[in-house]
Amino acid sequence: MTAYTTTSPERVTTWFRAGHTSQFPVGAGATIKYGDRQIAVFYFHRTDRWYACQNLCPHKLENVLGRGLIGEQDGIPKVACPLHKRTFSLETGENLNGECPPVAVYPVKIENDYVYVGFAD
Amino acid sequence: MQIVVIGNGMVGHKFCDLFARHPRRGEFQLTVYGEECRPAYDRVHLSAYFSDRDAGKLSLATREWYAEAGITLRTGELVTELDTDKRELRTHLGNVQRYDYLVLATGSVPFVPPVPGRDKKGVFVYRTIEDLEAILGYADQLKQRPGARSVVMGGGLLGLEAAKATLDMGLPTDVVEFAPRLMPRQLDEVGAATLTSTLTELGLGVHLSKSTTAIAGNGSITHLEFSDRSTLPTDMLIISAGIRPRDELARKAGIEVGPRGGILADEYLRTSAPDVYAIGEAALYRDMIYGLVAPGYDMARVALGSIMADADGGCMPESIDLSTKLKLIGTDVASFGDCFPPAEASRSIVYHDESRGIYKRINISRDGKRLLGGMLVGDAGDYNMLHQIYKNGMPLPPQPEDLILGARGVGGQPGAGVLDLPDAAVICSCENVTKGKLCGLLEDGSAASVKELVGCTGAGTGCGGCKPILSDVVENYLKAQGKVVRNVICEHFPFTRQELRDLVQLKELRTYDEALDTLGSGHGCEVCKPALASIFATVYAETANPQAQIQDTNDRFLANIQRNGTYSVVPRIPGGEITPDKLLAIGRVAKKYDLYTKITGGQRIDLFGARLEELPPIWEELIAAGFESGHAYGKSLRTVKSCVGSTWCRYGMDESVSFAIEIEERYKGLRSPHKLKGGVSGCIRECAEARGKDFGLIAVEEGYNVYVCGNGGARPKHAELLAGPVDRATAVKYLDRFLMFYLRTAAPLVRTAKWLEGLDGGIAYLKSVVVDDALGLAEELETEMQGLVNGYACEWKEAISDPAMRQRFRPFVNTEDSEELAFVPLREQKMPKPW
Ligand code: SRM
Ligand SMILES: Cc1cc2nc3c(=O)[nH]c(=O)nc-3n(C[C@H](O)[C@H](O)[C@H](O)COP(=O)(O)OP(=O)(O)OC[C@H]3O[C@@H](n4cnc5c(N)ncnc54)[C@H](O)[C@@H]3O)c2cc1C
Ligand code: SF4
Ligand code: FES
Repeated sequence: MTAYTTTSPERVTTWFRAGHTSQFPVGAGATIKYGDRQIAVFYFHRTDRWYACQNLCPHKLENVLGRGLIGEQDGIPKVACPLHKRTFSLETGENLNGECPPVAVYPVKIENDYVYVGFAD
Repeated sequence: MQIVVIGNGMVGHKFCDLFARHPRRGEFQLTVYGEECRPAYDRVHLSAYFSDRDAGKLSLATREWYAEAGITLRTGELVTELDTDKRELRTHLGNVQRYDYLVLATGSVPFVPPVPGRDKKGVFVYRTIEDLEAILGYADQLKQRPGARSVVMGGGLLGLEAAKATLDMGLPTDVVEFAPRLMPRQLDEVGAATLTSTLTELGLGVHLSKSTTAIAGNGSITHLEFSDRSTLPTDMLIISAGIRPRDELARKAGIEVGPRGGILADEYLRTSAPDVYAIGEAALYRDMIYGLVAPGYDMARVALGSIMADADGGCMPESIDLSTKLKLIGTDVASFGDCFPPAEASRSIVYHDESRGIYKRINISRDGKRLLGGMLVGDAGDYNMLHQIYKNGMPLPPQPEDLILGARGVGGQPGAGVLDLPDAAVICSCENVTKGKLCGLLEDGSAASVKELVGCTGAGTGCGGCKPILSDVVENYLKAQGKVVRNVICEHFPFTRQELRDLVQLKELRTYDEALDTLGSGHGCEVCKPALASIFATVYAETANPQAQIQDTNDRFLANIQRNGTYSVVPRIPGGEITPDKLLAIGRVAKKYDLYTKITGGQRIDLFGARLEELPPIWEELIAAGFESGHAYGKSLRTVKSCVGSTWCRYGMDESVSFAIEIEERYKGLRSPHKLKGGVSGCIRECAEARGKDFGLIAVEEGYNVYVCGNGGARPKHAELLAGPVDRATAVKYLDRFLMFYLRTAAPLVRTAKWLEGLDGGIAYLKSVVVDDALGLAEELETEMQGLVNGYACEWKEAISDPAMRQRFRPFVNTEDSEELAFVPLREQKMPKPW
């Protein structure tokens, strides 16, 4: 868990090129590797927004969030863990339906049809 | 910035818990010192340890939780010195720690009156798990001794709880109280006398106005001596005479404490030293120590808010609610608000039933408008309502006596008044959860039961006192909704599943986005996506492939996710019949991919531990060997279980295996509101357990009896007779109609058994629809089902033949690496490393 910290766009030092937009599913998530870390990247096609968070679910520490269903609750984009359906805000990382610690979220930008995830280290 | 918390009790832990959820926790380091050897546990329910001796059940958080939350926890380490100038503390191990903010959550210790003989063997206090272990150990020895007994000193809340506990251990027990009545702080004379007579009946000795002068005995305690020269023999003594705040560390460091102890704290819980806070039972706020968790939890919240400089952090209220309900004593006792208001400002209404041991008193304002407080003995059923009326200052009914004379009834339905509470009414004071919040969650479908509300909000996890009112909220909320039973899917679709399915069919909507644009709002969620996927499947026989992104995650990957993120593979084995060659093929695949292999409860074989990227090649090999998807991952037909039947069995009435295979082949891949299981038995001995399934067929002399809506699982139910005896073709026709009717009308995730429970008219109505065609739907249902049967395709065959679809099973977009997974050996196979 300690390997992941929420990174605000201002603090980004490395924009990591994660792949071409066409490699990512539409309206769902996929996982990328950045060093030893696993990052889940989601494309919300209805709002045309990209989000990223740690792939590790804080509930049981399994690398699965990228495979979860995505959706929205009161306008907040979220991902539901495939294991026990804990949901996490993709804006703040907060656990929306339980007591889990939050997940780290990372900024995503698209340039020339490539997906970049921002890291501060 | 370094925050240090001293004390890892209930309140200290609450501070950590809130910290771990705080959006700006990243800017702070948090270190916690606890003198006790284990991480924080639930002291409120300590007495449960007597019955189950399970410390794990009391645990509030594990060491792993602390580690995951990034909080340094040092248990078994006593802080011995504090220097508020240098902002430094020192522990008994000699460790020195600096702080920017310090939180003293050192709690309290039991007060032991200065009576000679306190150090005798057999004298205990009642505060920690270790105290209880010592009491249990001693009581076990005592039980060997005939006539052994115990005494509890102190007739307050805790003393009575302890007394009941030793009584339950099989020791005759007496309570001695200094005051002339029990629970002097909560009960008046009549109330206390009522309680005393009930407790005496329960077998507890009660001795009032007793001032203990000595604990006598030679090494071990033998009796107590009182100022009136009387004595009381005993072999064990538990002292529960109140608490004393643990302020010794603060006192030594020069932090201001109250004249009778307690660390002085202001409305932000700040002490006299800069950036030092005091919370919980150690804190003296408004000249009082609060020996309850709820005010302690409030303090944790306010102190954290102040340290984090939260705009909405708030401060402590001027008056603190000390209402309590006694637990575990064998009779109800509760008090709330002001128990003894001055006579000139109040009137009391009293209900007293001596024969049943019930006493209720409410105090109301002179003008009759407000409830000031009260007490309930023998029957505290009205406690939650009264407490809420008091806490929220709600206006009283014209005849306030109705409030405690429940039988004469105001609203009829008990607890119904809970919906009249204002939204701001705090239902769970430990977790600060309001009625508005609870109803909101029920409204938007985030929760539909007490359990789910507890999950979402943490309500009821503290002292547990609010649990009854929580279920009142749920029950009455649902009842109130019952007038307009509209089980809408979620915030995005204002329709029930049945309505939504009809609309999809009528408007010929083909994709999720289309449905959302035409019928819904917003962008969808994990509830409506799979619900619509299921609707598309039951209208168009669509497999899980074309709209993989809206499938529940198991369907998206056509496999069941397991504990460690690997998947299981279940090929279909209709009726449980399999050739040796196919068995060998499964064995070869399992061996090649090193999969844990097990025979399931559904008469087929499950291969566990496949990596995401291994799923397509595994299925390629299985399909080549003649297998198809078993849909073990879907809300769809699973298996049709069969017994061996007349093929081999000497009792068999028909070839149950052949019929089971025929039915499984017919409905394979059929998606439905929940999973579907069938069974076919060759005779009434029922070896296929067909009546435990959603549909079951049992061969009799003249054909088959058709049973429907059975269930195994958590709420088992035998299937009910729909028709019979009928021939095979008629049985299938009835099944078509029955299944299609269920597919059309059930809410998401409702199995057939529960669906039938909700069906007006029950099995008789279902019979009239399916057998007598009362709705004139029979033909339509049969045609629709035949369409779905014809539309079947093996979705694994689809997935492996399309290179684009295979992309779905790559673990990482940007590398060919596969995930690192930890397995441990198990017998001759393997399993995931435990959580
Ligand atoms: C593998 C198997 C256990 C085994 O090793 O024997 C199993 C495994 C699971 N069962 Fe089961 N059940 C299995 C037979 C059963 C049976 C026995 C039967 O079918 O005759 C029952 C009782 C019959 C019934 O369903 O009424 C059964 C009643 C349940 C229930 C409770 C359903 C209910 O209505 O109360 C659940 C929970 C649920 O579905 O919500 C469940 C859920 C599960 C899940 C899906 C739990 C989960 O969410 O991960 C497990 C998936 C394992 C996997 O990934 O493959 N399983 N489960 C069995 C697979 C049968 C098959 O070949 O498909
Ligand atoms: C049997 C029993 C039943 C109860 N029932 C109820 C009930 O029904 N309802 C209710 O509201 N309340 C009840 N209470 C009271 C409730 O448990 C307390 O109000 C609550 O535990 C107070 O929490 P705290 O964190 O302030 O103190 P504690 O839980 O006592 O925690 C303080 C911790 O700090 C540690 N500590 C102290 N000094 C130091 C130091 N210098 N260095 C390191 N560590 C230190 C102590 O060892 C202790 O672990 C009950 C209590 C008991 C004992
Ligand atoms: S149900 Fe009947 S036919 Fe089937 S195994 Fe049992 S006895 Fe034999
Ligand atoms: S592991 Fe994610 S919710 Fe349990």
